[in-house]
Amino acid sequence: MDVFLKGFFSWLPNVQLVHFLIVSAILFSLGMYGIVTRKNAILVLMGLELVLNAANINFIAFSRYGGLNLDGQVAAIFVIILAAAEAAIALAIVLNIYHRFQTVNIDEVSNLKE
Amino acid sequence: MSHDLLIQLSIATLLLPLLGFALLIFFGKRLPRQGDWLETGSISISLVFALIVMVQKLTLYPDQTLTLNFTWVDFQNVPGIGPLKIVLGFSVDNLAAIMTAVVALVSTAVHFFSIGYMHDDVRYSRYFAFLGFFSFSMLMIVLADNLFLLYVGWELVGISSYLLIGHWYERKSASDAAIKAFVVNRIGDVGFFIGINILYATFHTFGLKEIFEGIHSGTLPYGSEGWLTAAGVLIFCGAVGKSAQFPLHVWLPDAMEGPTPVSALIHAATMVAAGVYLLARTFPVMTAEALTIIAYVGAITAFISATIAIAQNDIKKVLAYSTISQLGYMVMALGVGAYTAGFFHLVTHAMFKAGLFLGSGSVIYALHQVLHHQGDHQTDAQDIRNMGGLKAKMPVTFWTFLMYTLAISGMPLTSGFLSKDEILAGTLAFNGLTGHVFIPIVGFLVAGLTAFYMFRLVILTFLGEHKDAHRLEHIHESPLVLTVPLIVLAALCFFVFFSFNPFSAASGWVAHAIVRPESVVPVSVAASTAETFEEALHHAHIPAMLMSLLAAGLGIVAAFSVYYWKKISADAVAARLRFVHVFLLNKWGFDDLYNNVVVGGTHVFTAVLRWFDDTIVDGLVNGSGSVTKLTSFVSGRFDAQAVDGLVNLTAYVSGASGLILRKFQTGKVQTYIVFAVMGVMIFYFVFRLF
Repeated sequence: MDVFLKGFFSWLPNVQLVHFLIVSAILFSLGMYGIVTRKNAILVLMGLELVLNAANINFIAFSRYGGLNLDGQVAAIFVIILAAAEAAIALAIVLNIYHRFQTVNIDEVSNLKE
Repeated sequence: MSHDLLIQLSIATLLLPLLGFALLIFFGKRLPRQGDWLETGSISISLVFALIVMVQKLTLYPDQTLTLNFTWVDFQNVPGIGPLKIVLGFSVDNLAAIMTAVVALVSTAVHFFSIGYMHDDVRYSRYFAFLGFFSFSMLMIVLADNLFLLYVGWELVGISSYLLIGHWYERKSASDAAIKAFVVNRIGDVGFFIGINILYATFHTFGLKEIFEGIHSGTLPYGSEGWLTAAGVLIFCGAVGKSAQFPLHVWLPDAMEGPTPVSALIHAATMVAAGVYLLARTFPVMTAEALTIIAYVGAITAFISATIAIAQNDIKKVLAYSTISQLGYMVMALGVGAYTAGFFHLVTHAMFKAGLFLGSGSVIYALHQVLHHQGDHQTDAQDIRNMGGLKAKMPVTFWTFLMYTLAISGMPLTSGFLSKDEILAGTLAFNGLTGHVFIPIVGFLVAGLTAFYMFRLVILTFLGEHKDAHRLEHIHESPLVLTVPLIVLAALCFFVFFSFNPFSAASGWVAHAIVRPESVVPVSVAASTAETFEEALHHAHIPAMLMSLLAAGLGIVAAFSVYYWKKISADAVAARLRFVHVFLLNKWGFDDLYNNVVVGGTHVFTAVLRWFDDTIVDGLVNGSGSVTKLTSFVSGRFDAQAVDGLVNLTAYVSGASGLILRKFQTGKVQTYIVFAVMGVMIFYFVFRLF
């Protein structure tokens, strides 16, 4: 464990921008997967949160390594606020949909198609 | 009186009848008495002006020509033609001054006569308007100093004669006669027009004076004397048409269909005099050859129409043929070089021929009134066989008519004697100088024939017995408005007005005022000079006088012995010489000849043209119609199939692609997100390639 930790910490300074981007990409893909595959509207919104957070990781990483400095962090904070607002509105919409259709399955809520 | 004032007075003479015409044609019907006083008044003032101008001109400026010129158009230098400038103007020389007075005088007499003769006509004011227009046109010919204005007046005379001859156009014969007069005149006019253009092409001016000077300085049309002769003969063509010379004389007898005063006007002062006047005007450009042609045409005309006049029974037809005959005389006189005599005869003839026509009008008027009163519509009021014995009932008409007849026959103490004698002396002189013996023979023969047929007319009309005694009782003398012009004109037939010597015009004022102008053509083609001719004329004077008296005396004696004393039966002679009589009665067959050859030929020609029109032109039109139809059918099919097909194809493709694309619109948000992500990825890979 020690060795592992020691190895890990010794590796830590070697963490580069690319690693953050890889994590961010994985997170983005997972979020996107959730958005695309889930039937439940709540879960879709959760996928959306993952995608937004993947973007946040990118902002932070670029602020640390890419020379964006505080700008990146400010952008990340904006995204977090935006995510909160979006979640509030989206959940309100979902509630309304549930009232209207008695379901949160987005496949059944396709009345706008025609 | 000053130079300018005289020319202004002449132009006033010209314009007054036009003013009357313009007022009458627009307001004629609304004026009191339909405006006859207006036109008659304006022509009377014209007459006064014309007389003043004539007297002043002949006394104050006998050797000058009064002119007034103005530039009508000036196009500067026209490419391909050269300088194009047309100067028009009026001029008054002795010839024009005398002619203006004659025209105005006869025209005034005719106007006054017409007031009585036409008083209940349907188109009374229009008649007077046209009379004025006719006078205006004729005065324009007289006063023009260039061929351009002269030609304008020439054509205006043509159209006004058409209007007046066809005044009673409801009658088919009158409208036919009007058309005939116009068309026959046009034939001559074409020649005249070409003649003018030959001169214009060479001299680039219409002014007669400039043309004369040009020829005199040695310039010839197209550099050849032949062209000069051609120009002269072509100008003479115009005179042939207007002055009713052979072979275009056929319109004049038919022109009798117009009202009788119009006949008087046409035959005496206007229209037919225009041709002779034109010849006098253009005399200096005539070559010897052209003059010889003119002399022969005149002689032939004089002879043909004198013979025809013998056989006619219509009083106006006899007078018409006598006019043609006398015109032939004048033309012949100009042709032989007896310039003064030719023009002098024009003046004297104007007086007695106007009188003869007005006299015949008076007779016809009187007879017509009676026939109308008796309800007789069968008897022809113009046929001399229905007349006779009118002397007692119409003394004024008879005595004036006799005076005119003596004058036209060339009896001593009359004006006709003076002028005719001069002409015959001229033909004799011409014969002496050139050896054309035909001309004087015809001259004397026609003098005898003229006396014969004129006295035949007088005897059959006024002497002898009237056929219907009952009718004769009701005939009475015409009113004053008709007889006064007759008396005035008869008085003017006395010799004293023209020469104080009753046997020679040489000392008279006409001979002094009208001097033969020197020819301007090159000497090699010129006729004998004025001096040589004058000398020959002097020698020929006495023989000509005696022979003409003899010829006329024989003619009169023959007329009396046939028609008055009945020594020789006219019918027996006619039966004996049946062929000749019919030939003369048919006017030498000219009308038939022209009807068959010219009119018939025109019919054949038009039939050919009609065939051409029906088959070829219509065929072309129909063919192009069919082709259009076929093309439009093909293009219609093309439109329906190809163009519409393309349009439909576009629509179909849009529809089909829409059908496919709408499958993507699933309405499921998740699918859209997949598409969006895939799209972003595709863009990423696409742009990474570059």
